[in-house]
Amino acid sequence: MKPKVECQECGADISLPEDSVVGEIVTCPDCGGDFEIASKGEKVELKPAETVGEDWGQ
Amino acid sequence: MVELTIIYDKVRFEEKALYEKAQNRGIKTQLVDGKTISVTTESEKKDLGLGDVILQRSVSHYRGLYLTACLEFLGYPVINRFQVGETCGNKLLTSLVLAKNKVPSPKTQFAFSAESAMETIRKSGFPQVLKPIVGSWGRGVFPLRDEEVAGMVIEMREEDDSPFSRIYYVQEMIDRPPRDIRCIVVGDQAVTAIYRYSAENEWRTNVARGGKAELAKITKELKDLAIRAAQAVGGGIVGVDMMEDKVRGLVVHEVNNTVEFHGAATVSKADIPGAMIDYAVSVAKK
Repeated sequence: MKPKVECQECGADISLPEDSVVGEIVTCPDCGGDFEIASKGEKVELKPAETVGEDWGQ
Repeated sequence: MVELTIIYDKVRFEEKALYEKAQNRGIKTQLVDGKTISVTTESEKKDLGLGDVILQRSVSHYRGLYLTACLEFLGYPVINRFQVGETCGNKLLTSLVLAKNKVPSPKTQFAFSAESAMETIRKSGFPQVLKPIVGSWGRGVFPLRDEEVAGMVIEMREEDDSPFSRIYYVQEMIDRPPRDIRCIVVGDQAVTAIYRYSAENEWRTNVARGGKAELAKITKELKDLAIRAAQAVGGGIVGVDMMEDKVRGLVVHEVNNTVEFHGAATVSKADIPGAMIDYAVSVAKK
Protein backbone atom coordinates (compact mmCIF):
# COMPACT_ATOMS: atom_id res chain seq x y z
CA MET A 1 0.00 0.00 0.00
CA LYS A 2 1.28 3.45 -0.87
CA PRO A 3 2.30 5.53 2.13
CA LYS A 4 0.05 8.49 2.83
CA VAL A 5 0.68 11.77 4.54
CA GLU A 6 -1.64 14.53 5.59
CA CYS A 7 -1.65 17.76 3.58
CA GLN A 8 -0.45 20.69 5.72
CA GLU A 9 -2.78 23.06 3.87
CA CYS A 10 -6.12 21.26 3.76
CA GLY A 11 -5.74 18.01 5.67
CA ALA A 12 -6.42 15.73 2.70
CA ASP A 13 -4.44 12.51 2.22
CA ILE A 14 -1.49 12.74 -0.16
CA SER A 15 -0.40 9.35 -1.51
CA LEU A 16 3.34 9.06 -1.99
CA PRO A 17 4.77 6.99 -4.85
CA GLU A 18 6.54 3.93 -3.43
CA ASP A 19 9.86 4.97 -4.97
CA SER A 20 9.63 8.56 -3.73
CA VAL A 21 12.77 10.02 -2.17
CA VAL A 22 13.66 12.92 0.09
CA GLY A 23 13.75 16.15 -1.94
CA GLU A 24 10.95 15.09 -4.30
CA ILE A 25 7.93 17.35 -4.72
CA VAL A 26 4.43 15.99 -4.14
CA THR A 27 1.17 17.75 -4.87
CA CYS A 28 -2.02 17.54 -2.82
CA PRO A 29 -4.81 16.16 -5.03
CA ASP A 30 -7.41 18.29 -3.24
CA CYS A 31 -5.92 21.77 -2.80
CA GLY A 32 -3.04 21.61 -5.30
CA GLY A 33 -0.45 22.61 -2.70
CA ASP A 34 3.13 21.56 -3.47
CA PHE A 35 5.28 20.01 -0.77
CA GLU A 36 8.84 18.74 -0.59
CA ILE A 37 9.45 15.40 1.15
CA ALA A 38 11.66 16.50 4.04
CA SER A 39 12.29 13.08 5.60
CA LYS A 40 11.27 9.50 5.02
CA GLY A 41 11.78 7.22 7.95
CA GLU A 42 9.16 5.75 10.22
CA LYS A 43 7.22 8.91 9.63
CA VAL A 44 7.14 10.92 6.42
CA GLU A 45 7.53 14.65 6.92
CA LEU A 46 6.68 17.34 4.39
CA LYS A 47 7.64 20.99 4.11
CA PRO A 48 6.20 23.62 1.77
CA ALA A 49 7.95 23.46 -1.60
CA GLU A 50 9.88 26.46 -2.87
CA THR A 51 8.00 28.68 -5.26
CA VAL A 52 9.19 28.35 -8.86
CA GLY A 53 11.90 30.97 -9.36
CA GLU A 54 12.63 33.12 -12.39
CA ASP A 55 15.92 31.28 -12.81
CA TRP A 56 14.47 27.76 -12.63
CA GLY A 57 14.92 25.26 -15.40
CA GLN A 58 16.95 25.33 -18.57
CA MET B 1 36.34 3.43 -5.75
CA VAL B 2 34.90 6.73 -6.98
CA GLU B 3 32.46 8.49 -4.66
CA LEU B 4 29.83 10.59 -6.40
CA THR B 5 27.61 13.37 -5.08
CA ILE B 6 24.51 14.54 -6.90
CA ILE B 7 23.47 18.00 -5.72
CA TYR B 8 19.80 18.87 -6.08
CA ASP B 9 17.40 21.47 -4.79
CA LYS B 10 14.35 19.58 -6.03
CA VAL B 11 14.49 15.91 -6.93
CA ARG B 12 13.03 15.38 -10.39
CA PHE B 13 12.91 12.42 -12.77
CA GLU B 14 16.47 13.21 -13.87
CA GLU B 15 18.06 13.20 -10.41
CA LYS B 16 16.32 9.93 -9.49
CA ALA B 17 17.43 8.32 -12.75
CA LEU B 18 21.04 9.43 -12.19
CA TYR B 19 21.04 8.20 -8.61
CA GLU B 20 19.58 4.81 -9.53
CA LYS B 21 22.00 4.37 -12.43
CA ALA B 22 25.00 5.17 -10.23
CA GLN B 23 23.76 2.73 -7.60
CA ASN B 24 23.34 0.04 -10.25
CA ARG B 25 26.91 0.68 -11.37
CA GLY B 26 28.04 -0.02 -7.80
CA ILE B 27 29.22 3.57 -7.28
CA LYS B 28 29.00 5.01 -3.80
CA THR B 29 26.55 7.85 -4.37
CA GLN B 30 24.79 10.41 -2.26
CA LEU B 31 21.99 12.84 -3.10
CA VAL B 32 22.65 16.11 -1.28
CA ASP B 33 20.24 19.04 -1.00
CA GLY B 34 22.17 22.12 -2.15
CA LYS B 35 19.94 24.26 0.10
CA THR B 36 21.58 22.65 3.15
CA ILE B 37 25.21 23.32 2.14
CA SER B 38 27.12 26.27 3.54
CA VAL B 39 30.70 27.20 2.80
CA THR B 40 33.04 29.78 4.31
CA THR B 41 36.30 31.26 3.05
CA GLU B 42 37.99 29.05 5.64
CA SER B 43 36.19 25.83 4.71
CA GLU B 44 38.22 22.90 3.54
CA LYS B 45 37.25 20.19 1.12
CA LYS B 46 37.25 17.51 3.80
CA ASP B 47 34.70 19.48 5.88
CA LEU B 48 31.97 18.85 3.34
CA GLY B 49 32.49 15.17 2.56
CA LEU B 50 31.15 15.37 -0.96
CA GLY B 51 33.30 12.59 -2.41
CA ASP B 52 35.47 12.69 -5.53
CA VAL B 53 33.18 14.30 -8.08
CA ILE B 54 29.95 16.31 -8.03
CA LEU B 55 27.09 16.41 -10.48
CA GLN B 56 25.46 19.84 -10.08
CA ARG B 57 21.73 19.39 -10.71
CA SER B 58 20.11 22.42 -9.02
CA VAL B 59 16.99 23.57 -10.84
CA SER B 60 17.70 27.13 -9.71
CA HIS B 61 20.36 28.47 -12.07
CA TYR B 62 21.96 30.96 -9.70
CA ARG B 63 21.91 28.65 -6.70
CA GLY B 64 23.64 25.97 -8.77
CA LEU B 65 26.08 28.43 -10.31
CA TYR B 66 27.32 30.06 -7.11
CA LEU B 67 27.34 26.82 -5.17
CA THR B 68 29.55 25.46 -7.95
CA ALA B 69 31.89 28.44 -7.52
CA CYS B 70 32.21 27.60 -3.81
CA LEU B 71 32.76 23.90 -4.45
CA GLU B 72 35.41 24.60 -7.09
CA PHE B 73 37.06 26.98 -4.61
CA LEU B 74 37.35 23.99 -2.25
CA GLY B 75 38.90 21.89 -5.01
CA TYR B 76 35.97 19.69 -6.01
CA PRO B 77 35.58 18.75 -9.67
CA VAL B 78 32.02 19.83 -10.51
CA ILE B 79 30.05 18.95 -13.63
CA ASN B 80 29.46 21.38 -15.16
CA ARG B 81 32.23 23.80 -14.31
CA PHE B 82 31.33 27.32 -13.15
CA GLN B 83 32.48 28.88 -16.40
CA VAL B 84 30.24 26.54 -18.43
CA GLY B 85 27.24 27.32 -16.20
CA GLU B 86 27.86 31.05 -16.42
CA THR B 87 28.02 30.99 -20.22
CA CYS B 88 25.08 28.64 -20.78
CA GLY B 89 22.88 30.43 -18.22
CA ASN B 90 23.16 33.67 -20.16
CA LYS B 91 21.92 33.79 -23.74
CA LEU B 92 24.03 36.84 -24.59
CA LEU B 93 27.26 35.18 -23.45
CA THR B 94 26.25 31.96 -25.23
CA SER B 95 25.63 33.79 -28.52
CA LEU B 96 29.00 35.55 -28.28
CA VAL B 97 30.85 32.29 -27.58
CA LEU B 98 29.06 30.46 -30.41
CA ALA B 99 29.84 33.27 -32.87
CA LYS B 100 33.45 33.47 -31.76
CA ASN B 101 33.84 29.74 -32.39
CA LYS B 102 32.06 29.99 -35.75
CA VAL B 103 29.21 27.71 -34.67
CA PRO B 104 26.25 28.53 -36.96
CA SER B 105 23.64 30.35 -34.88
CA PRO B 106 20.79 32.80 -35.53
CA LYS B 107 21.78 36.42 -36.16
CA THR B 108 21.36 38.13 -32.80
CA GLN B 109 21.57 41.80 -31.84
CA PHE B 110 22.13 43.31 -28.44
CA ALA B 111 20.89 46.70 -27.29
CA PHE B 112 21.18 48.44 -23.96
CA SER B 113 18.26 50.86 -23.86
CA ALA B 114 14.64 50.84 -24.99
CA GLU B 115 15.33 53.43 -27.71
CA SER B 116 18.28 51.54 -29.07
CA ALA B 117 16.35 48.24 -28.98
CA MET B 118 13.47 49.77 -30.96
CA GLU B 119 15.87 51.26 -33.49
CA THR B 120 17.61 47.90 -33.90
CA ILE B 121 14.31 46.09 -34.43
CA ARG B 122 13.04 48.72 -36.92
CA LYS B 123 16.24 48.48 -38.96
CA SER B 124 16.11 44.67 -39.09
CA GLY B 125 12.42 44.47 -39.93
CA PHE B 126 9.77 42.10 -38.66
CA PRO B 127 9.40 39.45 -37.36
CA GLN B 128 12.09 39.28 -34.70
CA VAL B 129 12.24 37.41 -31.39
CA LEU B 130 12.93 39.18 -28.09
CA LYS B 131 14.37 36.93 -25.39
CA PRO B 132 15.45 37.60 -21.82
CA ILE B 133 19.20 37.02 -21.50
CA VAL B 134 18.57 34.93 -18.39
CA GLY B 135 15.58 32.65 -18.15
CA SER B 136 14.34 29.30 -19.25
CA TRP B 137 11.38 27.11 -20.13
CA GLY B 138 10.54 29.74 -22.76
CA ARG B 139 9.53 32.37 -20.20
CA GLY B 140 9.54 35.93 -21.49
CA VAL B 141 10.30 34.91 -25.08
CA PHE B 142 8.17 37.07 -27.38
CA PRO B 143 7.71 37.03 -31.15
CA LEU B 144 7.70 40.64 -32.35
CA ARG B 145 5.56 40.57 -35.48
CA ASP B 146 5.00 44.32 -35.87
CA GLU B 147 6.05 47.66 -34.44
CA GLU B 148 3.04 47.99 -32.16
CA VAL B 149 3.74 44.68 -30.39
CA ALA B 150 7.46 45.48 -30.20
CA GLY B 151 6.68 48.81 -28.54
CA MET B 152 4.39 47.21 -25.98
CA VAL B 153 6.84 44.45 -25.08
CA ILE B 154 9.71 46.91 -24.70
CA GLU B 155 7.54 49.12 -22.50
CA MET B 156 6.79 46.10 -20.30
CA ARG B 157 10.49 45.34 -20.05
CA GLU B 158 11.24 48.94 -19.05
CA GLU B 159 8.75 48.70 -16.19
CA ASP B 160 10.25 45.49 -14.87
CA ASP B 161 12.59 45.74 -11.87
CA SER B 162 15.16 43.21 -13.02
CA PRO B 163 18.41 44.82 -14.23
CA PHE B 164 18.49 42.17 -16.96
CA SER B 165 15.26 43.57 -18.39
CA ARG B 166 17.09 46.60 -19.79
CA ILE B 167 19.45 44.42 -21.79
CA TYR B 168 17.76 43.58 -25.07
CA TYR B 169 18.52 40.36 -26.92
CA VAL B 170 16.87 40.45 -30.32
CA GLN B 171 17.13 37.43 -32.56
CA GLU B 172 16.08 36.80 -36.14
CA MET B 173 13.05 34.52 -36.39
CA ILE B 174 14.20 31.37 -38.12
CA ASP B 175 11.99 30.01 -40.87
CA ARG B 176 11.74 26.48 -39.52
CA PRO B 177 9.35 23.55 -39.20
CA PRO B 178 7.23 23.68 -35.97
CA ARG B 179 9.93 21.91 -34.04
CA ASP B 180 13.49 22.21 -32.83
CA ILE B 181 16.13 19.64 -31.97
CA ARG B 182 17.77 18.94 -28.64
CA CYS B 183 20.96 16.91 -28.68
CA ILE B 184 22.36 15.71 -25.37
CA VAL B 185 26.14 15.85 -25.42
CA VAL B 186 28.20 14.14 -22.75
CA GLY B 187 31.93 14.84 -23.04
CA ASP B 188 32.72 14.24 -26.71
CA GLN B 189 29.72 12.01 -27.33
CA ALA B 190 26.33 12.95 -28.80
CA VAL B 191 24.21 10.56 -26.72
CA THR B 192 20.77 11.17 -28.18
CA ALA B 193 18.76 13.73 -30.10
CA ILE B 194 15.06 14.50 -30.10
CA TYR B 195 12.71 16.72 -32.01
CA ARG B 196 10.60 18.93 -29.78
CA TYR B 197 7.29 19.84 -31.39
CA SER B 198 5.31 22.87 -30.24
CA ALA B 199 2.05 22.19 -28.42
CA GLU B 200 -1.20 23.35 -30.02
CA ASN B 201 -1.59 27.16 -30.02
CA GLU B 202 2.03 27.53 -28.84
CA TRP B 203 4.99 28.56 -31.00
CA ARG B 204 7.69 27.70 -28.46
CA THR B 205 8.87 24.09 -28.42
CA ASN B 206 9.85 23.73 -24.75
CA VAL B 207 8.66 20.46 -23.18
CA ALA B 208 7.83 22.62 -20.13
CA ARG B 209 5.29 24.38 -22.45
CA GLY B 210 3.67 21.10 -23.46
CA GLY B 211 6.01 20.42 -26.40
CA LYS B 212 6.13 16.80 -27.54
CA ALA B 213 9.30 14.77 -28.02
CA GLU B 214 10.12 12.49 -30.95
CA LEU B 215 13.36 10.66 -31.62
CA ALA B 216 15.68 12.38 -34.13
CA LYS B 217 18.37 10.63 -36.11
CA ILE B 218 21.88 11.74 -35.19
CA THR B 219 23.26 12.66 -38.60
CA LYS B 220 26.92 13.54 -39.06
CA GLU B 221 25.96 17.22 -39.48
CA LEU B 222 23.93 17.19 -36.26
CA LYS B 223 26.59 15.34 -34.29
CA ASP B 224 29.46 17.55 -35.45
CA LEU B 225 27.53 20.74 -34.76
CA ALA B 226 26.35 19.59 -31.32
CA ILE B 227 29.86 18.66 -30.25
CA ARG B 228 31.32 21.91 -31.60
CA ALA B 229 28.70 23.90 -29.69
CA ALA B 230 29.34 21.91 -26.51
CA GLN B 231 33.08 22.48 -26.80
CA ALA B 232 32.56 26.18 -27.50
CA VAL B 233 30.87 26.68 -24.11
CA GLY B 234 33.52 24.66 -22.31
CA GLY B 235 32.29 21.05 -22.53
CA GLY B 236 30.83 18.73 -19.91
CA ILE B 237 27.21 17.57 -19.96
CA VAL B 238 24.98 19.87 -22.00
CA GLY B 239 21.83 19.97 -24.08
CA VAL B 240 22.40 21.67 -27.43
CA ASP B 241 19.23 23.16 -28.93
CA MET B 242 19.14 23.65 -32.68
CA MET B 243 16.68 24.81 -35.32
CA GLU B 244 16.42 23.69 -38.92
CA ASP B 245 16.79 26.83 -40.99
CA LYS B 246 15.27 26.19 -44.42
CA VAL B 247 18.23 27.87 -46.13
CA ARG B 248 21.27 27.45 -43.89
CA GLY B 249 20.52 24.06 -42.33
CA LEU B 250 21.07 23.54 -38.60
CA VAL B 251 21.71 26.55 -36.37
CA VAL B 252 22.37 26.41 -32.63
CA HIS B 253 20.28 28.79 -30.55
CA GLU B 254 20.91 27.60 -27.01
CA VAL B 255 23.15 25.35 -24.93
CA ASN B 256 21.69 24.09 -21.65
CA ASN B 257 23.85 23.61 -18.61
CA THR B 258 21.73 21.44 -16.29
CA VAL B 259 20.09 19.49 -19.03
CA GLU B 260 16.63 18.05 -18.45
CA PHE B 261 16.13 14.75 -20.24
CA HIS B 262 12.77 13.44 -19.09
CA GLY B 263 11.26 14.13 -22.53
CA ALA B 264 14.23 12.54 -24.32
CA ALA B 265 14.18 9.45 -22.07
CA THR B 266 10.58 8.71 -23.00
CA VAL B 267 11.44 8.32 -26.71
CA SER B 268 15.13 7.40 -26.80
CA LYS B 269 16.65 3.99 -26.15
CA ALA B 270 20.01 5.59 -25.36
CA ASP B 271 21.20 5.19 -21.79
CA ILE B 272 21.30 8.92 -21.04
CA PRO B 273 21.88 8.72 -17.26
CA GLY B 274 24.40 5.91 -17.81
CA ALA B 275 26.47 8.09 -20.15
CA MET B 276 26.38 10.93 -17.61
CA ILE B 277 27.48 8.71 -14.73
CA ASP B 278 30.31 7.18 -16.79
CA TYR B 279 31.47 10.67 -17.70
CA ALA B 280 31.41 11.78 -14.05
CA VAL B 281 33.53 8.76 -13.11
CA SER B 282 36.01 9.57 -15.89
CA VAL B 283 36.30 13.17 -14.61
CA ALA B 284 36.94 11.90 -11.07
CA LYS B 285 39.73 9.65 -12.30
CA LYS B 286 41.55 12.43 -14.19
